[in-house]
Amino acid sequence: MTPPRTLLDKIWDAHEVTAKPEHPSVIYIDLHLIHEVTSPQAFTGLQQRSLCVRRPDRCLATMDHSTPTFGQQATSHAITDAAAKTQLARLTENCHRHGITLYPHGSAENGIVHVIGPERGRTLPGMTIVCGDSHTSTHGAFGALAFGIGTTEVEHVLATQCLLQHKPAAYEVVFENSLPPGVSAKDMALALIAKIGADGGTGHAFEFRGQAVEELDMEGRMTLCNMSIEAGARAGMVAPDAKTFAYLAGRPEAPKGVPASWWRLNSDPDATFARSVTIDASTLRPMVTFGTSPEMGIPVDEEIPTAKGDAATRGKLERALEYMGLQSRQPMVGIAIDVVFIGSCTNGRLGDLRQAASVLRGQKIAPKVRLLVVPGSMEVKRLAEAEGLDEVFIEAGGEWRTPGCSMCIAMNGDQLEPGQRAVSTSNRNFEGRQGPGSRTLLASPLTAAAAALHGAVADPRPLLMSVGASQGAEQVHGQQGGGA
Amino acid sequence: MKEPEKSFVRLRSMVVPLLRDNVDTDQIIPARFLKVTHRSSLGPAAFADWRRDPAFVLEQERYDGAQILLTGENFGCGSSREHAAWALRGAGFRAVIATSFGDIFRQNALKNALLPVELTPSQHEELLAEAVGQDGVVDVERPASGTPLVEIDLERLVVTMPSGRDLPFDVDPFSRYCLLGGVDQLDYLLSFSKEIANYEVDHG
Repeated sequence: MTPPRTLLDKIWDAHEVTAKPEHPSVIYIDLHLIHEVTSPQAFTGLQQRSLCVRRPDRCLATMDHSTPTFGQQATSHAITDAAAKTQLARLTENCHRHGITLYPHGSAENGIVHVIGPERGRTLPGMTIVCGDSHTSTHGAFGALAFGIGTTEVEHVLATQCLLQHKPAAYEVVFENSLPPGVSAKDMALALIAKIGADGGTGHAFEFRGQAVEELDMEGRMTLCNMSIEAGARAGMVAPDAKTFAYLAGRPEAPKGVPASWWRLNSDPDATFARSVTIDASTLRPMVTFGTSPEMGIPVDEEIPTAKGDAATRGKLERALEYMGLQSRQPMVGIAIDVVFIGSCTNGRLGDLRQAASVLRGQKIAPKVRLLVVPGSMEVKRLAEAEGLDEVFIEAGGEWRTPGCSMCIAMNGDQLEPGQRAVSTSNRNFEGRQGPGSRTLLASPLTAAAAALHGAVADPRPLLMSVGASQGAEQVHGQQGGGA
Repeated sequence: MKEPEKSFVRLRSMVVPLLRDNVDTDQIIPARFLKVTHRSSLGPAAFADWRRDPAFVLEQERYDGAQILLTGENFGCGSSREHAAWALRGAGFRAVIATSFGDIFRQNALKNALLPVELTPSQHEELLAEAVGQDGVVDVERPASGTPLVEIDLERLVVTMPSGRDLPFDVDPFSRYCLLGGVDQLDYLLSFSKEIANYEVDHG
């Protein structure tokens, strides 16, 4: 009898080309996602060795990182940044030369790499998926082993469709019970990171389980898996279920029907995990970060903690608060903000935009606040516009942009001014992440939208009560059908 | 341009103390410097935002030429950008000593002959006291001839402190083998072409 296996074990075993003691395994990669920033040096390396791309059919490329979300055209002509233009031109050349499908600006399929993979039906259960981007963990929501890699590894995959990898350890993350209204997948992720720390998952792959995870729609699961890396875990995954298969049904590049093997992609009942943590989802509240690491998060209705512990721990908090212009014991609610950013591979999908719109509908954002709403893909943009979400944001006083990483990475023209404070639905609050001197508070789309109305950090839950039953609790929970 | 050294055997150098935890790759190289299509010349951009502060440790002349960065826990967390390893190499570093590393950064560093040396917290404290001074306060009165040098030996897997005492550390055997011999990991991977082709036949 084979010993019980985790979901990670099953995917790993099915992709191990060779295994040798004291050596990393050669792992086969089913899908390689490519973008403009981390690929040019890999293609150059390939050329220097006179190698070709082994499986262009297993690659998919898009333009998102250095991509402006304003004035984008069918070609890259609207891009004025010479370096970005060169980088985008190189991606086009490289994909053309090697026969890799590329969704350039202006194409109906363009979008953030971690939005379009699932949307197109390229991300499938049981796959190994990599990309030169740490938020590749997103795709684990489909029961795939998906993780970020460096550019040297991008070159390895281009050349061999394989990677040399040491197997991560399995880490079970259980969210028991159901989420309360107004609390979403982003809050689950921020609560987990606050609990186990920014390095709590180092060396591990998370498997998210429990009632609250099962109850999340696919977009919520993507948000949760997306943030795995912010707790140090390269990968996060959720066992696929009927929701996963329903999401994939009819996607342009997904197979017809549900292969029997997909139903077996789950951890055996007696499988053991190297580590485990349990969080009671029913006790969670909307989360917001106050510092410069995603682990520095608290429920929105609490006060910033005071420094405790040894000198190093105290120093870390003091330094972060000094950078953020905040103080211990300051309540989060009421902290003034300049900008609200809704978008990114974390929270730039249709369900995220619907949640933000549920708060903003018929309202005006606070004077002097800049609200930037950036759909995660052209498809998200099209669907959002079809249901009038763009009008909700524009009428509220926000800007409605074209897809891209935008203010999450601030290398494309969208960024904060030094000293400005933003509530952002993105994934990192590092110093300068949203531009030099920028101060980022991470939160869910609901909390971000509430902040836009108040011009300050706000608890979204009272607003949801006033939105009333017509919006439906389901939408607030993020349970809606996951888009098209 | 000269190819950067691809092997690592041993190194003797001063250490630069960057005594912070969770130094993320956005600090090592801010995103605005990622709009490049090459690997070289990122050295001047290393820690660009922190370098605006003249008191920042890398702005201090006394560390000119140092090749070892001594930092805290979870160094290189965050973004997968290999530019972080390239920038550190470009800035002259050959090793980073920390109590832990972000997973992706560690792999990127190893592939660029930038040695990540993971010490236990107590080893870290000892090294800090000897090589830098108590509590990270740099002893500027130290005589010039006594500039504390630290040696990292990948063959013996030890960090030798200025006092001559050895601190053992570990690196995964395969990475160590590649670094000691300057073995290119892609060449190694390409040696499995037949196995990969067989896998593709079996798995469609």
